Amino acid sequence: MVDLLSTEAGGLWQLAFEKTKAALAKDGLLDPARKRPLPPYPLRIGVVTSPDGAALQDIIAVTARRWPLAELLVVPTRVQGDGAAAEICAALALLCRIEGLDLAIIGRGGGSREDLWTFNHERVARAVAALPVPVISAVGHETDVTLCDLVADVRAPTPSAAAEAATPDLGDVLVELAHLGARLARGLAARSGRVAERLDRTFDRLTGTLERRLERHRHELSGLAGRLDALSPLRILERGYALARDEQGRVLKRVVQFPSGLRFRLRVTDGEVAARAEES
Amino acid sequence: MARARDPLTFAQQLDRLEEIVRRLEAQELDLDEALKLFEEGIERLREARERLTAAEVQVKQVLSDKGGNLKVEDFDD
Repeated sequence: MVDLLSTEAGGLWQLAFEKTKAALAKDGLLDPARKRPLPPYPLRIGVVTSPDGAALQDIIAVTARRWPLAELLVVPTRVQGDGAAAEICAALALLCRIEGLDLAIIGRGGGSREDLWTFNHERVARAVAALPVPVISAVGHETDVTLCDLVADVRAPTPSAAAEAATPDLGDVLVELAHLGARLARGLAARSGRVAERLDRTFDRLTGTLERRLERHRHELSGLAGRLDALSPLRILERGYALARDEQGRVLKRVVQFPSGLRFRLRVTDGEVAARAEES
Repeated sequence: MARARDPLTFAQQLDRLEEIVRRLEAQELDLDEALKLFEEGIERLREARERLTAAEVQVKQVLSDKGGNLKVEDFDD
């Protein structure tokens, strides 16, 4: 095949490319501010590509490895040759009607440089720009950027790279979940720790109050004890008095209680002595 | 469309989990609330992990029938 891009015709193509690019730019479709961030955890990914190309196999393999939660909805289309541009536009229109789509990949495996031209059609570029979800374009070459690449939200060098950009890594997400689990446990532990602390403080205050009250009571008690002590008959005995009691322990206070010969006991300050009443 | 059954998308599940963790860390809950949140967090964590480990990528083909209706079928590669 003749390398069209290096011939005079290639120069014309370049001209057409620049003209279309200018038209897209004029409508703001190349504005970097238009670029949307990719959803971090996509569940439905639309794929517009050839159903029997290596591009699709690569996208499936990478997605299965990295993010098996995803559902890939393939809208098959030819990506090169006559009529491919119209087919791609129809496929993109179909994609727009899929419910709950998170993300789209438009992909193309290897191929000749001339075949890239399909993705420089203004219709194709505008259809890509009109997608309601973020789109990753993986149709160009390292050296040849297509207009489809320029209007897409993200440009990937290969279909595999597109699938990598589209998906989080399962291992990373599991690690993230483990971190959240650890924070959850620490959060609760800290919370219960604070409750325990509060209980401790309350307990301390409670026992503190009790102790102060006990202390006060102890003071009162020792005051009372002092007063009781002063009233104690033992203190009177100390001053030289004696207490007379009969054998049954009754206190003998009057003369009539002392018949002649009665044995009784005398309590003095340091003990008791046995005594007997004499004839008076 | 099996995934339509899931009441929350994975991203929403993760968002909720993060919210729970942040609230638990913010320390302004009473113990009852904290325990409730913790339990919900553990449950969501379990669900998310299960979802991740049980998943197998699904590949479907979307076509348009003669009447212009969407037709989704399994993709045989």
